[in-house]
Amino acid sequence: MKPWIEKQHHLIDFTAQSLARRKGKSLGLLVVYTLLVFVLASVSLYTHALRNEATRILAGTPEIVLQRLIAGRHDLVPPGYVERIGRIRGVQKIEGRLWGYYYDSVLKANYTFMVAADREIAPGEIVVGPALERTRGLSEGNGISFRSYSGELHTFIAAEVLPHESELVSADLVLMNEADFRRFFAYPAGHYTDVALWVANPLEVRNVGVKLLDALPDSRPILREEVLRTYASIFDWREGMMLALLSAAILAFGIFAWEKAAGLSAEEKREIGILKAIGWETGDVIAMKFWEGFLVSLLAFLIGYVTAYLHVFHFEFTLFAPVLKGWAVLYPSFALTPQIDGLQVATLFVFTVLPYTAATLVPIWRAATTDPDTVMRS
Amino acid sequence: MRPADRVLGATLLAAALFGLSFLDAARLRSAHEPALKRTEELVTRLRLTDAVLFTEARYTRHLSQADLHSPFQDHPVALEHFPSGSLLPPPRALLKRHEALDREAAPSD
Amino acid sequence: MLELANIRKVFNQGQHNEYWALKGIDLEIPPAQVSVLKGPSGSGKTTLLTILGCLARPTEGRVRLNREDISGLPERFLTEIRRRTFGFIFQQFNLIRGLSAVENIILPGYPGGTPRAQLLARAEALLADLQLAHRRDAKVEWLSGGEQQRVAICRALINDPEILVADEPTANLDSKLSAEFLLILHRLAESGRTVILTSHDPLVVESAVVDRVYSLRDGLLIEVQHARRAAP
Repeated sequence: MKPWIEKQHHLIDFTAQSLARRKGKSLGLLVVYTLLVFVLASVSLYTHALRNEATRILAGTPEIVLQRLIAGRHDLVPPGYVERIGRIRGVQKIEGRLWGYYYDSVLKANYTFMVAADREIAPGEIVVGPALERTRGLSEGNGISFRSYSGELHTFIAAEVLPHESELVSADLVLMNEADFRRFFAYPAGHYTDVALWVANPLEVRNVGVKLLDALPDSRPILREEVLRTYASIFDWREGMMLALLSAAILAFGIFAWEKAAGLSAEEKREIGILKAIGWETGDVIAMKFWEGFLVSLLAFLIGYVTAYLHVFHFEFTLFAPVLKGWAVLYPSFALTPQIDGLQVATLFVFTVLPYTAATLVPIWRAATTDPDTVMRS
Repeated sequence: MRPADRVLGATLLAAALFGLSFLDAARLRSAHEPALKRTEELVTRLRLTDAVLFTEARYTRHLSQADLHSPFQDHPVALEHFPSGSLLPPPRALLKRHEALDREAAPSD
Repeated sequence: MLELANIRKVFNQGQHNEYWALKGIDLEIPPAQVSVLKGPSGSGKTTLLTILGCLARPTEGRVRLNREDISGLPERFLTEIRRRTFGFIFQQFNLIRGLSAVENIILPGYPGGTPRAQLLARAEALLADLQLAHRRDAKVEWLSGGEQQRVAICRALINDPEILVADEPTANLDSKLSAEFLLILHRLAESGRTVILTSHDPLVVESAVVDRVYSLRDGLLIEVQHARRAAP
């Protein structure tokens, strides 16, 4: 065992020296390789953590939200609806929700206006999300004017800013009381945007959904599990898009790495000939090359992963955030909680380290099996 | 110093940092836990349904509440959230018309 | 002691350019002496040397090392025997560029798993023996021809081989350096090592250091000269 270790140590010596001899090339490869791992790891860590975070905090969402649809479009819930739902067995609590969108032409941003279900807000006052504080400079006591749908300007006083820590769900919110909301949007009395309901027995949620559809054929119940599923899968789309963009880069790197790893230079072939002539076995040469491929790719993987980790969880994904955020004007600023999927990291490891190691070994196979007397015949 | 030891040392150091990142993740997880709990409570209290990730359109702002057919309705630069949409600029004509309206409609404050 | 029996070697067998480099050679290499394979180019002397040094296998015939038939061994065992028993000095020296003298010298010790400190100590001793200690850390491409050859000798000796094999060792040396090289060989033979060289250099063939000269022509052994060893 000890000579075996000593031998591998020798082979790594030789590999380290060959890498040092081709310093520019080796370093360039390491940098490009690390960068690739960094990009892949960043995207994968970020999307995984975001999926987790979203599903975790949205676990508190209403069990069922009932929308009314007209011709495929979301419409207001008319009076009488809530009473009809109340007669369905299994429904524990019903609340009409009032919310809508406001396009702020100053910022060219969309806000979500909403009637707060959990607090009494004084007339003329609003509670705003942290993104409004940041972009419109709204802090407690400041006033802001919104042009209502009837054309007149309404001025509101910001009474409170929602806590920064919850930005992921509250960044663009503007909360107000029901009377202000109805006046501002000229919202018909007795109508609601949609209806939130809770079910006594969690196992009955689906049955209640079916009963709702039977009783109110123009409605669309959205279950909590559907909300969570939406968020568990939506970043797969986004991630897929990033990967589509990245695939070009990966392909380019693949060609580069193949060229570097697979093409043995005449100098390297000569060296292998010498090593075989002075008593190295085919296996020794292959082991030496294996260490080269393995150490380079392992180092690239480790450095790339660690920098990606820092980038995502300590620097808020700064470099790629614009890509995921799309065309939005307002977006939340939040520190993600590191939820790391071991399988994901392992997959990344396998897909970055194995192919390169294999690419270094393929060409060496033929070179290493040349007869040791070839050196004498050149 | 032996040549191999420099390479192995660098690898070992990187591996140690790799290991540390998991410890750091565990630390951050427990540090974030109370805030996550409060956020979950906020979601429950305000009856929220969606994360504020993409505010450009109502069907991206409230992903889970969106009906199936609604591109370009809320914001001139609103794009559908499907991959192709994120890669294309909005239609020029549409953007122009809305920009003019934006200027006229902007409050003077 | 190395013995060859009816050695034949063919290249490109079965093809239109089939070529018999050796056509049946029997010879014995005496231990602890300097033997030279002589002949014009194309005579088969380098081919014979590769077979003697276990770098290549004969197409037919037997190679016996210390009375043991080694021509039928699988590559792994043959490589190990070669590494333990033979040291090689090549015409072009075949040092690895970019590595220092001492790093080149210890290369044959790698596959055996000898501890590095031990290899380095042995290399230092060999370098000192050949008055090259001061060039220890110089990259081999910065060394002169004579120095490169002495590094190659050190490398050949690092595994303490029984037999030293050199192919045209004086081809790249001037007369003075060639004479020095022969002196080194003489010392090695005196210390009990078997030395085998190929050469057509009269300076080598006629040297007093040489004990035996095997003359080859067209793949056949035509003459064996025994020289009486005298101090040069």
